[in-house]
Amino acid sequence: MMKRDACLKALARRRTDEIVVSVYRAAFEWKVFAPSPLNYVAVGAMGLASSHGLGLAIGRPDKRVWVLDGDGSLLMNLSTLVTVANQAPKNLIHFVGENGVYEVNGSHPIPGYGKFNFAGMAREAGYRNAYEFSELQQFERDIDGILKQDGPTFVTLKIEPGEEYPMDWPYVHGAPQRDLFRAALKPTNPRS
Amino acid sequence: MEASGELKGSAIIDAIKASGIRTIVSVPDITTSQGLLWPIARDPSLRHIRVCKEDEGVAICAALSYCDQRAMLVIQNTGFFYATNSLRGIAVEYEHPVCLMIGLQGAEPDVLPDDSPKYSIRIVGPMLDTLGIERHKLQRTADTAAIPGAVDRAYRRSRPVAFVIGRSPV
Repeated sequence: MMKRDACLKALARRRTDEIVVSVYRAAFEWKVFAPSPLNYVAVGAMGLASSHGLGLAIGRPDKRVWVLDGDGSLLMNLSTLVTVANQAPKNLIHFVGENGVYEVNGSHPIPGYGKFNFAGMAREAGYRNAYEFSELQQFERDIDGILKQDGPTFVTLKIEPGEEYPMDWPYVHGAPQRDLFRAALKPTNPRS
Repeated sequence: MEASGELKGSAIIDAIKASGIRTIVSVPDITTSQGLLWPIARDPSLRHIRVCKEDEGVAICAALSYCDQRAMLVIQNTGFFYATNSLRGIAVEYEHPVCLMIGLQGAEPDVLPDDSPKYSIRIVGPMLDTLGIERHKLQRTADTAAIPGAVDRAYRRSRPVAFVIGRSPV
């Protein structure tokens, strides 16, 4: 099992100009480790981070899109695996932090924790690549190569909470970050 | 408003294109299947993204707006009911220009949807009003003239808009 903040810090060290779509705890922590106008937090409804990521990946094929999803969130939108695989965006990497609980909603367990495999589901849905990590050292060793691969790529991160970070709800729900993101993502081909 | 008449799918598609939309996101709907969605699917000038659930489409359309790409989500009223939370959060509260075309499964073609004796038809308009989503009826071909202006307004104001299709397009 890996600490979530350690995983996110490892990704933050490798982030250059990628669009990063994140949810809940990952969003709060990512803001601390990798603040950027290219952080997309306007997910707005349950489980749809990867759908937003898919739209961004299709709309901006010139940019890499990382999605930092949660296990409870993905379970609310499992069909996304098929939709993403069918569209097959090369520039999309879908990370899922699997901690087995709905952490921001009281840490109640997700249904079926330990009885199914997200990476296996993604692979069978048709993702080009699917990986699972539970050891930070291995993750650090492999992630550079994974980030360079054509997607869609799916990565399960078996995690547990690390340090506590502020839950900045106004950052997630407020207009300022959306406005920053829109300005940062100035189009190269308007209305294509 | 008169309910009788004809609604041409080709006129809807022309209006969609005149709105600057080149991406259609859809979940199939029997009301619009033959006259609208199959022609869209066969149209090489439109990018057609098939999704499994309507809320996926809400998110995709919102995300595409950041890339300055206009999109239309074509769904059924049952899918609209399903996707209400995503419309509430993504389209309304987060102020994204999500454009919807909602087919009314089982609508009586010569009865205006708000006057329908069928609950699942009658409540669509009031639900859109409650959500604060601008709505337009597509009952006859002439109604399609409202599409480009309404889509422009949606993207200019960054707000959602819905077009409610009250009869099967031909």
